[in-house]
Amino acid sequence: MTGKLDKFCLVAAVFALLSLVFPLSGVDIDTGKNVAFVSDLPGLASAMVACVVAGVVFTWYGVTSVLRACIVLAVVVFGAWQAVAALYHQGLAGYASYGFWMFIFSLWALVWRAIDVIANYHSLENGKQQTANIIVPVAFGIWLLFLWEVITAGFGVPQVLLPPPSMIGARFASSTGILWDDFRQTFLKAVIAGYVLGCGSGLIVAIAVDRVPFLKRGLLPLGNMVSALPIIGVAPIMVMWFGFDWQSKAAVIVIMTFFPMLVNTVSGLSAAGRLEKDLMATYASGYWSTLFRLRLPAALPFIFNALKINSTLALIGAIVAEFFGTPIVGMGFRISTEVGRMNVDMVWAEIALAALAGTAFYGAVAFAERKVTSWHPSFRVRRH
Amino acid sequence: MTLQAVVNNVAPMAASKDVVVDIQKMSLTFQTADGPVYALSEVDLTINKGEFVSFIGPSGCGKTTLLRVIADLERATGGDILINGVSPQQAREDRSYGYVFQAPALLPWRSIERNVTLPLEIMELSKEERLRRAHEALKLVELNGFEKKFPWQLSGGMQQRASIARALSFDADLLLMDEPFGALDEIVRDHLNEQLLKLWARTNKTVAFVTHSIPEAVFLSSKIVVMSPRPGRIIDVIETDFAKDRTLDIRETPEFLEVAHRVREGLRAGHSYDD
Ligand SMILES: Nc1ncnc2c1ncn2[C@@H]1O[C@H](COP(=O)(O)OP(=O)(O)OP(=O)(O)O)[C@@H](O)[C@H]1O
Ligand SMILES: [Mg+2]
Repeated sequence: MTGKLDKFCLVAAVFALLSLVFPLSGVDIDTGKNVAFVSDLPGLASAMVACVVAGVVFTWYGVTSVLRACIVLAVVVFGAWQAVAALYHQGLAGYASYGFWMFIFSLWALVWRAIDVIANYHSLENGKQQTANIIVPVAFGIWLLFLWEVITAGFGVPQVLLPPPSMIGARFASSTGILWDDFRQTFLKAVIAGYVLGCGSGLIVAIAVDRVPFLKRGLLPLGNMVSALPIIGVAPIMVMWFGFDWQSKAAVIVIMTFFPMLVNTVSGLSAAGRLEKDLMATYASGYWSTLFRLRLPAALPFIFNALKINSTLALIGAIVAEFFGTPIVGMGFRISTEVGRMNVDMVWAEIALAALAGTAFYGAVAFAERKVTSWHPSFRVRRH
Repeated sequence: MTLQAVVNNVAPMAASKDVVVDIQKMSLTFQTADGPVYALSEVDLTINKGEFVSFIGPSGCGKTTLLRVIADLERATGGDILINGVSPQQAREDRSYGYVFQAPALLPWRSIERNVTLPLEIMELSKEERLRRAHEALKLVELNGFEKKFPWQLSGGMQQRASIARALSFDADLLLMDEPFGALDEIVRDHLNEQLLKLWARTNKTVAFVTHSIPEAVFLSSKIVVMSPRPGRIIDVIETDFAKDRTLDIRETPEFLEVAHRVREGLRAGHSYDD
């Protein structure tokens, strides 16, 4: 006994206990189908009992270690598995009732407590700390997918409105060929080309602008105006200029990414302090030497900021631009045509692909930032 | 040894000596939003080759400004300055001095070693030469073993020592040092004072050294320049001739105390200017 009762575990125990009593599925008046109780679903019943036991034990003793948190997680995994099995194999789908949702709520309280404990875990050993850092978002993500699954299945949400993740996953797995073609067209061609060109030219123009004071004053307001241009308006024009293929999408991305990079780099170039500039002056360091040894490194946090903003802008730009005419491939093209055919699972598979690609892209840029600007106060860790 | 033997008023310099810094009737006025700030006025100063000159004066009297004018980081608004017989700008472009700023000014993305080799990189020295010089300079300030650390992993005093190492690795004949030991504790400061003195005695460098500490000024210098509050003027120049291989022990000698007394009197006289 740790002195204080663990409130989350207490809630979990109470709700699991209630779910043992309340009906698990509602009645269908027309068919006269029976209301299901725990006695009809032994698998689910065992999971509920496990939750009651875990809830009571940890209410008393507390989830005081990562090991205990992992035991709680194991109980939750078992419970979630039984819940999904009950939905799909014991006919609860579309008919789930109070008892079932109380059980889900009990799982929620348990998983919340377990993730909380792991999130507050601190270890001096890098490996352990990193594992804990990965487990938290992964467990949280899986939990959200599970909630999505049981809510859509349990309430029988129409698939056109929101398909359950399992269906999207199945669609994803069975259409990898199409998805890969779309990914290649939209991401590997348009996004990469547009991103590199837009960010590269923004950086180079920023360095040029920095040398010419009147450009600095004249170009930046103009830049703000251009970056406020709606891509909806620009995209069709780019299609007229550069044709239907990926080049027109890359052009849209160049327009979207150029100015964030320009503006950020220009302010980054004045980030170097006066003292450091004086230091370089005492070494009679020339313009380029000072640029590469002092001003650009000092501007790196700003440049990475733009790279991160642009990584998300680029993918959005490419997908939206494809709504305005493409060859018959591409993520934006697929989304707009499959929505028309009511193939909502395919639309969601494309959205999942876009989310995956976007996260990986952003993650790669953020990772590079950590490596390159590890000296910056926002990243550095004292290590001796 | 009489006091007179130790302390002399500056006699006009014999032209035959190598003059490193030659300043005549130099003034500097900062134009600011709230009107002009007269930082330096009518400064006359000569520094000869091999001299160790300390500048001492109340805060805000223009010591840093004077050093910055010599380093061509600030332009005088009146008077004449020659460094090694050429303009300060030419001298800077010839890389004829090393400058230690009041703050360490280390680049946070470079390790200590790469901070020290920064000027050597700009001078385009070979890699072996750069590393050799960095190693030597870091040893001199007792930072060997910290080559791979980053500035923010070091204490403030260690950072300042690294910046001194950087100026030393540069190996210019003229060293301009702006309160380099201001942030250090007494023991480390004493130690570095001795190291600096040894370096000076061995290499015959010319040093211009700003300090707030009277004992430090007297111990290190062959010439002490006492400055008045703003607008900064030179109110006394005291020459000493302690042996070049002096140790910290001389701080107990009557000669030392006499010079320190004269510096203190000068500072006090400068302050009464204000009233
Ligand atoms: N860039 C500047 N613009 C305006 N005024 C300045 C500037 N730099 C220095 N000053 C003024 O000139 C005077 C001399 O400054 P300086 O930095 O040379 O003093 P200091 O003797 O080095 O003082 P401390 O011992 O505190 O370092 C100060 O009054 C300061 O306010
Ligand atoms: Mg100063």
